[in-house]
Amino acid sequence: MSRQSLSKAHKKITELSWEPTFATPATRFGTDYTFEKAPKKDPLKQILRSYFPMEEEKDNRVFGAMDGAIRGNMFRQVQQRWMEWQKLFLSIIPFPEISAARAMPMAIDAVPNPEIHNGLAVQMIDEVRHSTIQMNLKRLYMNHYIDPAGFDMSEKAFANNYAGTIGRQFGEGFITGDAITAANIYLTVVAETAFTNTLFVAMPSEAAANGDYLLPTVFHSVQSDESRHISNGYSILLMALADESNRQLLERDLRYAWWNNHCVVDAAIGTFIEYGTKDRRKDRDSYAEMWRRWIYDDYYRSYLIPLEKYGLKIPHDLVEEAWNRIVNKGYVHEVAQFFATGWPVNYWRIDPMTDQDFEWFESKYPGWYNKYGVWWENYNRLRYPGRNKPIAFEDVDYQYPHRCWTCMVPCLIRPDMVTEKVDGQWRTYCSETCAWTDIKAFRPEYEGRPTPNMGRLTGHREWETLHHNQDLADVISSLGYVRDDGKTLVPQPHLDLDDPKKLWTLDDVRGITFQSPNVLLNEMSDAEREAAVAAYKAGGPGGRPAAVA
Amino acid sequence: MAAPVKKPDAVRSFPKPEFTDAEAGALDFPSANSRSYNYFQPAKMRATTYEDVTFDVQPDPARHLTQGWIYGFADGEGGYPQDWTALKSSDWHRFRDPNQEWEQTIYRNNANVVRQIQQNLANAKLAKAYQNWAPGWVRFVERNLGAWMHAENGIGLHVFVACQRSAPTNMINNAIAVNSAHKMRFAQDLALYNLDLSEADIGFDGSVHRSVWHEDPAWQGVRENAERLTAIGDWAEALFATNVVYETLVGGLFRSHLVMQISARNGDYVTPSLVGTGENDFSRDLAYTRSLLSLLVRDSEHGAANVELLQTWLSEWLPVSLHAAQELQPIWSHPAERVVPFADSFAAAKDDLRSVLADLGVPEPKELSA
Repeated sequence: MSRQSLSKAHKKITELSWEPTFATPATRFGTDYTFEKAPKKDPLKQILRSYFPMEEEKDNRVFGAMDGAIRGNMFRQVQQRWMEWQKLFLSIIPFPEISAARAMPMAIDAVPNPEIHNGLAVQMIDEVRHSTIQMNLKRLYMNHYIDPAGFDMSEKAFANNYAGTIGRQFGEGFITGDAITAANIYLTVVAETAFTNTLFVAMPSEAAANGDYLLPTVFHSVQSDESRHISNGYSILLMALADESNRQLLERDLRYAWWNNHCVVDAAIGTFIEYGTKDRRKDRDSYAEMWRRWIYDDYYRSYLIPLEKYGLKIPHDLVEEAWNRIVNKGYVHEVAQFFATGWPVNYWRIDPMTDQDFEWFESKYPGWYNKYGVWWENYNRLRYPGRNKPIAFEDVDYQYPHRCWTCMVPCLIRPDMVTEKVDGQWRTYCSETCAWTDIKAFRPEYEGRPTPNMGRLTGHREWETLHHNQDLADVISSLGYVRDDGKTLVPQPHLDLDDPKKLWTLDDVRGITFQSPNVLLNEMSDAEREAAVAAYKAGGPGGRPAAVA
Repeated sequence: MAAPVKKPDAVRSFPKPEFTDAEAGALDFPSANSRSYNYFQPAKMRATTYEDVTFDVQPDPARHLTQGWIYGFADGEGGYPQDWTALKSSDWHRFRDPNQEWEQTIYRNNANVVRQIQQNLANAKLAKAYQNWAPGWVRFVERNLGAWMHAENGIGLHVFVACQRSAPTNMINNAIAVNSAHKMRFAQDLALYNLDLSEADIGFDGSVHRSVWHEDPAWQGVRENAERLTAIGDWAEALFATNVVYETLVGGLFRSHLVMQISARNGDYVTPSLVGTGENDFSRDLAYTRSLLSLLVRDSEHGAANVELLQTWLSEWLPVSLHAAQELQPIWSHPAERVVPFADSFAAAKDDLRSVLADLGVPEPKELSA
């Protein structure tokens, strides 16, 4: 269809909407934002007559590549180190995708602009595509990769695992609370516009470097839809900016959304890219370098900062602090170390780091070895069962961390931890901003202004609480992370499948008591707690407990 | 031609392929052959692709979601509360979409439809198919098919897009999402057909559809029905009132029992090919709706209460759709060739509704026999 006829066709389909007089659509989802009824353009000019064949063609390419990968024995070349992390990633990502579909009626409810409703509805269909095409990719991995354990229980594990829950924010945050906070600022303006760059562009390129060209095939196809979604978000943002009374809410939501996306996405994708790869060429970009390019330059400088002229208050301090956490405070390394510490309650295997990895980390992050090297040597030393417990229960100079009540990534940059008694409970936060999110932002009033539609943080937010004082073997059994012989664990702290004696079983972890740091914190007297918190904050990096004075 | 110039030596950096032998079957170890999703029970012996890519993607605290929903609305409710409909189920997860829709089927089916339509319209244009239309038929199409496209779009956007946020399982929500895609695609196809006709040099007024939809008394019942459907808060009530009541009595009446019956006799072989795609969509959409409601009315725990509730909803929505249908009666006399009387069309539409109600075990209300 030519551009001219596309414009004409699009103009025609805008005639389909009308102002109702008998009844107005039910408002299921509220917002504290207000919108002027100024007519706005639908930025997409997307009509379904061209949309469906276009997507079908994209699908055909994806499925052709899948056939090719199988015929070409791709799995003889994929790195297990990489594929194991896909058990986590691909268990998480279909839920945020489908949540984005579910978020579209929230945006439609909130924004009185029929011209943009069409674009949002098309996005809904896109998101159904993304969710199911990703589930199908995972199915292919399960069928053709050497170790299907973890892929086979994917959505169950996603739902009952601490890491799945961290990822679940990137989904539940799209579909609850204030409709604009959720479906526009958190989902579109920040998650899709900023962080899909690392998710769907940077990470797939790392997959290709590890012998997996199907992840790039699927995710680049997904990413090619995202530019339309970004336009949706931008249009709504401009509409919101037209009303002065929205400025305060926009500032709040941008701070929350930016910081939460950073905490969650950088934790996960940073770990996959830095610790899931075997590609240790010194001239390949580190996650920090990718972040600088895709997030800092392409998003922050090219997209966010220009919005200042429309009156949007940009969280410059939080962008800089996110960068600071990644490049100076070791955020990704601390997270990867934590994932590896918690290996018995994962549903994937984590490969130890080697001398080659150490060398690469040291070149990209000078000082890395002094912070993390010895711990990874211990991880390597303790990787087989028989003579030792899992590393989390051995003395390796690592204190199991408190969990952030808000972002649910542990408080790994220990001096930054904030502790507050909120709603009658002592809670720990990884940062001032996560504390602010719970204490100030997700409340029915914000800076003296009623915010009756703002969401709430709910649920059993500290995963360890659910399993406090249970035997580790029982925890793993109840989660279902056991292989089909009824005893060998799905997770393993290495990739060696060739010798049954190297594989951990339930017997190897029985007799170890699993505890919740938050339960213990709340059981302490005030004096004990203050001392414990002070000691915790004096600890790190690399999880080291503070030196006893 | 210039002589080839040797490029300056540059070290190209790229990852080195490595033989890893990480393919299925390379080693034998526990779970080496565990190659199916094991966290749900397939409807048959082996899970379909549709089940694999859909089931449990939307988690549920009643299944594996141990920490519960971690974000909530202001009232603390999160996720997909089951009380967003008054219908109840002892296991919402039993529902499977009989159309087995996932991304490949969505795009294959809809791309096939738009290709078929575009070919038909292109051929019609070449064959000057519209030139022989009687002026009365031109008026009929410009006014009535023009008005109808509004109903399709409004319901697609404000009933089905809205409802796919609300049901307790991914299986239900995806089926509703596909339903909304059907509606919007069909509405747009009608709008673009309207555009083609206004450029066909047959005196077709491409703008009159708006005033007909807004003001023509024959269409106000349909508009009222469509608008009221969008105002329903309970997603299952909206699904029932739309796909069972409105679509059979009003949608089927107009599309199947009028347009499809009379177009050919009025020299129009193009419109039925287009409207037929909407009919095909609806038969798929009715199939999932029947399948879902059938499960609910046969639920061992809540079946009787669900039937009672459907009766209550029917008593509310039947008069609205009967009224809309009856208001449409004048348009049966618009075309020169009146092949089918309104009474026959209306009776056929009511039969369609009776068939669905019988399938659901919902007693036939007396208004339907009137």
